[in-house]
Amino acid sequence: MKQENRQGRQERQGAESKTLRHAQSDSLTGTARKLLKEKKADLVIGYERGSSGRRARPAVIREEKDVDRLIFDNTCGPSLVPFVRKALRAAQPGTRVAVVAKGCDGRALVQQVAEGQLKRDQVVIIGVGCGGVVDARRRTPDARRPGQEASSVEREASGVLSDSCRRCRYPNPPVYDVFVGEPAEARTGDEFAGVAEFEKLAPADRWAWFERELAKCIRCYACRNACPMCYCEECFVDQTNPQWFGKSAERPDTTLFHLVRALHTAGRCVDCGACERACPLGVRLGLLNKRIEQEVRERFGFTAGLSLSAAPALAAYSEDDRQEFIL
Amino acid sequence: MSDWQPKIVAFLCNWCSYAGADLAGVSRIQYPPNVRVVRVPCSGRVNPLFVLKSLENGFDGVLVSGCHPGDCHYISGNYIARRKFATLKTALEFIGVEPGRVQFAWVSAGEGEKFAQVVARVTDDVKKLGPAKRLVKAAGGGQ
Repeated sequence: MKQENRQGRQERQGAESKTLRHAQSDSLTGTARKLLKEKKADLVIGYERGSSGRRARPAVIREEKDVDRLIFDNTCGPSLVPFVRKALRAAQPGTRVAVVAKGCDGRALVQQVAEGQLKRDQVVIIGVGCGGVVDARRRTPDARRPGQEASSVEREASGVLSDSCRRCRYPNPPVYDVFVGEPAEARTGDEFAGVAEFEKLAPADRWAWFERELAKCIRCYACRNACPMCYCEECFVDQTNPQWFGKSAERPDTTLFHLVRALHTAGRCVDCGACERACPLGVRLGLLNKRIEQEVRERFGFTAGLSLSAAPALAAYSEDDRQEFIL
Repeated sequence: MSDWQPKIVAFLCNWCSYAGADLAGVSRIQYPPNVRVVRVPCSGRVNPLFVLKSLENGFDGVLVSGCHPGDCHYISGNYIARRKFATLKTALEFIGVEPGRVQFAWVSAGEGEKFAQVVARVTDDVKKLGPAKRLVKAAGGGQ
């Protein structure tokens, strides 16, 4: 009985997402088929419907007959960039990987090229305009709230978008080889409004907030695994010589893990929100990253993922950098 | 509490600030004895992890000091360091670590007087803040 219900719900949701982005999904499959047929790409990495209708999962397509599995809609949250790296590492030299890229994924790819992690000709970027992706954790309780009036998919989606999508300024990839569908319109308003709001709190209250958030962390490293910019072969928390910080889920250790992860992605984070969506405990990781992004932009005039050749902000310098904080 | 003395770790670059501290010493300039000096090749050698681990393991304050801009023995070490420090300071203060716990300075080999002043100021700031509580791992928890 329960099984049937679930299936019914899945079908319904499948239909929803089809009507929502039907045209886009169609030309996406067409593009993927063409790339494989013309041997412009050896494999296509995109999204397919997950086992729950509310989720999409990464799909690796190697043959034309499988391209119909590809979808793109507002459930396509995970960053595909880590999968591109994995695919390239396992493949023969000269392999070209096509990847479906939202604005944030496109920026992550660009930033990786700038950092020498990828060669531009190793990837075929299939750009898609993205209206924001759903944080699945938020969607479930919302949709089940008793007495909630039947809402349109669009309206429901706007209430459950990821935080990072609500403040997104780059819904389209800055660099692409083919673009599928219509470019999405960038949001307006202050992307750092959440940061400014938080900074109005006293330091003690900010600390209390972070303590509360990070107390949830169980050190599963889902955030690190989901992150398109966390590509170190050995992460500092895995090092044992020196062992920088304890591996426990006690608060000083978790706080330092997240703090240093934020520092390591300073000037590189593209605010895709993949970490927050991957977190099983719902820790709000994006706020600190956003503050650092703001600092890097204001101080060093650098925004990650827009230029294929600009040196990363923390690996470069200007003699005129402000230094009002130095005695 | 009134006789509490903060423990402060100072990462000093070998070429300027360490020599500046040395000059303060041979010039017999008095400064607070709260700092424990760690000599590093360059301020660019100071990984933010050094600072954070110091706080976790119970230091009440951290001072990082290097050559003035343009004077780096390795040409650009302190410029790179400056960007790292700006980011580190922003992040620490954003999560609610008190401003003043972690401080940065440029002290040249000829500035013994300035070194003493910097140490006095940092010690004074940290004394006002009191013992560090945030980021600190309970005694015995650290290694």
